[in-house]
Amino acid sequence: MGVTNVEKDPTELTLTITAEFNAPVTRVWELWEIPRQLERWWGPPTYPATFQSHDLSPGGTSSYFMTGPEGDQPHGWWRVLIAEPPHRLVFENGIADDSGEPNPSIPSNTVRAELSEPSPTTTRMEAVTTFQTVASMEMMLAMGMEEGMKLAIGQIDDLLR
Amino acid sequence: MVARSAAEQRANEVFHALADPTRRDILQRCLRNEQSVSMIASHYPMSFAAVQKHVAVLARADLVTKQRRGREQWVRGDSPTISFALHLLERLEVEWRGRLERFDEVLQSQLEEGIPWA
Repeated sequence: MGVTNVEKDPTELTLTITAEFNAPVTRVWELWEIPRQLERWWGPPTYPATFQSHDLSPGGTSSYFMTGPEGDQPHGWWRVLIAEPPHRLVFENGIADDSGEPNPSIPSNTVRAELSEPSPTTTRMEAVTTFQTVASMEMMLAMGMEEGMKLAIGQIDDLLR
Repeated sequence: MVARSAAEQRANEVFHALADPTRRDILQRCLRNEQSVSMIASHYPMSFAAVQKHVAVLARADLVTKQRRGREQWVRGDSPTISFALHLLERLEVEWRGRLERFDEVLQSQLEEGIPWA
């Protein structure tokens, strides 16, 4: 149980991670669907997430912020593209400004979660995260990371020069 | 489209090189292990010359480096852009591993809460 496979594709800017859990698929889906449950795992312990709104129906949006050790609160948003409970969820995940408005200058990433049932009491979850640009991947990673650990934003520009 | 700066032109070359699925596939192979052009060519139903052309496009975009040794040209994927992307994906992996560990903990605690102890 736990993580069973990881694939990293640097040309497609995609991470595919697969895990198995000792729980029925409907229970696993609840961890995505119920905000108070989602908050317990989405953000790291140093940057717990708070979902202010959360709507997992197709076209639905979510708004959340993370709270850092120094009280900093980076905001993020989701927009649901596909929701087929309890087996498939595809959403865009982006960075928002302090008022929760999506920041249009930073391309969003796409998260696809596929849930299957190898047995009635086991759920396999494959999570695929795809970024549009290296720079947006860098910025998304900096969110929820303590100041001292952040990479200088714009490092990629230097590499491309 | 006219590139306004060297960086932009560089980015255009990278995107052009990566736009082709065969070139992405060739790059993947060369990132894993250094390959000779004939080794690469053995995987594709196209001429040696066509494969050489793909390699040249990747090399122009600095996504691979070529080195002649003996009669063979060896190709290695060591672009700073790709290694940087790989480095970021490794950090993303750490983030997701943490998420999935917590995911499991939430499921376990639910399981415990669901058991009627009394």
